[in-house]
Amino acid sequence: MTRQSAPLIPGTTIFDGEAALKGYALNRMCFSFNSAENRAEFVRNEDAYCARFGLDARQREAVRRRNVLAMIDAGGNIYYLAKLAGIFDLSVQDIGAQQTGMTVEAFKAKLLAAGK
Amino acid sequence: MARIVGAVATSHVPLIGKAIACGLQAEPYWKPFFDGYRAVHEWLAVVRPDVAVIFYNDHGLNFFLDKMPTFAVGAAEQYRNADEGWGLPAFGSFPGAPRLSWHLIESLVAAEFDVTTCQEMLVDHAFAIPMALLWPGSGPWPVKTVPIAINTVQHPLPTAARCFKLGQAVGRALEAYDEDLKILIVGTGGLSHQLEGTRAGFINKDFDLMCMDKLTHDPRALTGYSNAQLVELAGSQGVELLMWLAARGALHASVSTIQRHYHIPISNTAAGLLALENSA
Repeated sequence: MTRQSAPLIPGTTIFDGEAALKGYALNRMCFSFNSAENRAEFVRNEDAYCARFGLDARQREAVRRRNVLAMIDAGGNIYYLAKLAGIFDLSVQDIGAQQTGMTVEAFKAKLLAAGK
Repeated sequence: MARIVGAVATSHVPLIGKAIACGLQAEPYWKPFFDGYRAVHEWLAVVRPDVAVIFYNDHGLNFFLDKMPTFAVGAAEQYRNADEGWGLPAFGSFPGAPRLSWHLIESLVAAEFDVTTCQEMLVDHAFAIPMALLWPGSGPWPVKTVPIAINTVQHPLPTAARCFKLGQAVGRALEAYDEDLKILIVGTGGLSHQLEGTRAGFINKDFDLMCMDKLTHDPRALTGYSNAQLVELAGSQGVELLMWLAARGALHASVSTIQRHYHIPISNTAAGLLALENSA
């Protein structure tokens, strides 16, 4: 399977080499949030923390806006972004609702409906 | 000689860890999910495996994008779970079986699976939660463990066919081990779910049920899917089916079903459980 022949799946970003290259600084910062000390440091001084990891302007703006789709567009990988979301106490339903433009209740109802 | 008693494939959703930590197993949201594991507990109490060889995917605890192995085998005396950043209480540590790990590594490389070897390896929720689901309670773990991590973070991921063949090579290696051990294979993750993008929340019940059928009786039927197809049919994170296929590959062609359970949703995920016993 080559990237060229892979079908485009709507609403889905395949995290491949191109995304990994683009998103490295952002993902590296998010990986650092495995440490409680680093999470606290981010909360204390978000600007300095983002600068330390060399986020580009697009990544910085996406983080500032807490906008998951923009973070993914800037190369963020959802597994690492989840660690950033954890700082703001956002669950994967909260993140799902944000990305799909639904209320959290409507997003949860959609999940339940998939089981019918 | 060592003997593979069977395999358990199970979802590993982080929220399950919180439910266990908070004792929510009897709550209405959780009861239908946790009840599915009773039959597996009864079976494990009878077969009493000595070792669990666990195919799982690391979500950014031990491995980062600086060095991302496609297949990594633990070879440590002990594996520790740790803070993953979003509030799941850590599960402590798990005993290793380093002599068996090295036998496995020797056999796999001889079979042209050039795995990464890890004498230090943190194991994340994808390893720890299935352990807690299979052996609930507060006592010491009744099995030693060998973790085998498969990259599902960064594409290109290994193909379904390759993961199945890895499982076959693991099965052959384990059954050639000279110690009288009973071994359980575990595959973790899935089933269909997608966390990211405007397609977040995607679940495909028909595909999941078909996969559980095929895994039982005709696993090769699933090895023709490309990872792009698996993303499309099962969601971005539904590619965790790769670990189920690896686990199935380690069993004999003929198996009997101990338990099959499916529940939607746990968090954003269609939760699946499949326990298969090896034919003699």
